[in-house]
Amino acid sequence: MRLPCPCCGDRDIREFTYRGAALARPGEGAGIDRWDDYLHLRDNPAGAVRDLWYHGGGCGAWLVVERDTVTHAVDGARLAAEGL
Amino acid sequence: MRYSAFEILKQGLTGNRGWKPVWRDPVPKDEYDIVIIGGGGHGLSTAYYLAKEHGLRNIAVLEKGFIGGGNVGRNTTIVRANYFLPGNSEFYSHSLKMWEGLESDLNYNVMHSQRGLINLFHSDGQRDAFARRGNAMINQGDDAVLLDREGVRRHLPYLDFDNVRFPIYGGLLHPRGGTARHDAVAWGYARGADSRGVDLIQNCEVTGIDISGGRVTGVQTTRGAIRASKVGIVVAGRSGQVAAMAGMRLPIESHVLQAFVTEGLKPVIDHVVSFGMGHFYISQSDKGGLVFGGDLDFYASYAARGNLPMKEHVMEAAMTLMPVIGRARVLRSWGGIMDMTPDGSPIIDKTPVDGLYLDAGWCYGGFKAVPGSGFSFAHLIATDRHHAPAARFRLDRFRSGAGLMDEEGTGSQHNLH
Ligand SMILES: Cc1cc2nc3c(=O)[nH]c(=O)nc-3n(C[C@H](O)[C@H](O)[C@H](O)COP(=O)(O)OP(=O)(O)OC[C@H]3O[C@@H](n4cnc5c(N)ncnc54)[C@H](O)[C@@H]3O)c2cc1C
Ligand SMILES: [Zn+2]
Repeated sequence: MRLPCPCCGDRDIREFTYRGAALARPGEGAGIDRWDDYLHLRDNPAGAVRDLWYHGGGCGAWLVVERDTVTHAVDGARLAAEGL
Repeated sequence: MRYSAFEILKQGLTGNRGWKPVWRDPVPKDEYDIVIIGGGGHGLSTAYYLAKEHGLRNIAVLEKGFIGGGNVGRNTTIVRANYFLPGNSEFYSHSLKMWEGLESDLNYNVMHSQRGLINLFHSDGQRDAFARRGNAMINQGDDAVLLDREGVRRHLPYLDFDNVRFPIYGGLLHPRGGTARHDAVAWGYARGADSRGVDLIQNCEVTGIDISGGRVTGVQTTRGAIRASKVGIVVAGRSGQVAAMAGMRLPIESHVLQAFVTEGLKPVIDHVVSFGMGHFYISQSDKGGLVFGGDLDFYASYAARGNLPMKEHVMEAAMTLMPVIGRARVLRSWGGIMDMTPDGSPIIDKTPVDGLYLDAGWCYGGFKAVPGSGFSFAHLIATDRHHAPAARFRLDRFRSGAGLMDEEGTGSQHNLH
């Protein structure tokens, strides 16, 4: 698997650390259900996902990667800094 | 038919013409008292104990593929009870005791072999941690022996003891740990359940769960609708998807775990050896293949195959631990889909839907749990009460934060176990 880093181009998966589903962090004062949702509960789809990867072996950016959990095909990646 | 030495002799002398198919291939009925979704190790053992321990008869196991085609036939077969935390400790202890009586109970040779498991350590700090774990195991009533370097050498002379980064300081020996034949466990439970009247229905995928007024009423399948007043979800890596049919989201992310086997060799590894610092473990099957594996690939996946970097990592760990393995050739590698929970421990619980029960989250350690999980899950389904050894495997522990069982001490968060 290679991930297309917007800064570095196609790079080997070994350069990245996986974080998990790309979810918006709850705001201040969010209730326990909202936190449970964010921290634990997952759609866990067999198919298209958007998840967060850290390019530690490259530019150091966090990326939102669009890929398929069944085929391992990678459709694209962009900077998480531009929004989830 | 009861299996025995006499039966083998008799069949052998009469041309082996008397062996019968081991289970029936029934047409699904319109209604059962209990439907178990998933014909893996846990689903089959659940059905078996529902029939055997609770005298229930009108039960179906619905399997979308074939019996034994899931993780129960893809794992590296290690059976042990060396857990540390309350919850896991008593559960796996109970399960190991069940393994010890399993073959006579099932009248089936599952080739359970208590060859001993050795967890290696490589520093003083790790020795202390393993001494503590060993004490916890002994407290639980299981067995543990702390070996020094020479003690490990007596058992495992072929290891590289003087590796610069991970010199071997000793190991924790769990004499009752070992392996079993994975397929035989599925087949033995399938035969036992079938002979007690359970319908094992293969090629039958559950596509929907029917709920009315907060109660489960049945399931939709590729072989038609089936009514049932109680339904158990036991589908390992597919837990999230089947639970979604009941409108639930689970604290589970599915990940791929790989394993490897070499060509058959003469006996060289007599134990199960675990090299935690290299995320590597190995044993030798009765056929002679060296069976080994490592860590998750560490990204959500439903592909029953992994990527090359983890293969390379596992091979490197193998060479670091036992350079002799470099002479062996890898025959096959494969992957299975793991239902990973945030704390790395399982779930056996009721769900918010009446009559719908969940057995899931076994991560990469659910093979050894097959007897215990089936026993406890059957108890929960039959009596609506939690079975003591599995009473802490609650679904709401993540939401509340109470009762988390983070065995590795890495934090209760996805992707850390
Ligand atoms: C490479 C590898 C190594 C492992 N090593 C070990 C080990 O050494 N020791 C250990 O204790 N554990 C180990 N495990 C973990 C262990 O294999 C699993 O935790 C355990 O097998 C899961 O339970 P199961 O047997 O019921 O799963 P499975 O056999 O996967 O059963 C689930 C079944 O549900 C069926 N199903 C799914 N969806 C549906 C549906 N919609 N309708 C009908 N049926 C459905 C599937 O087809 C499948 O047959 C390992 C796993 C892997 C992949
Ligand atoms: Zn980059």
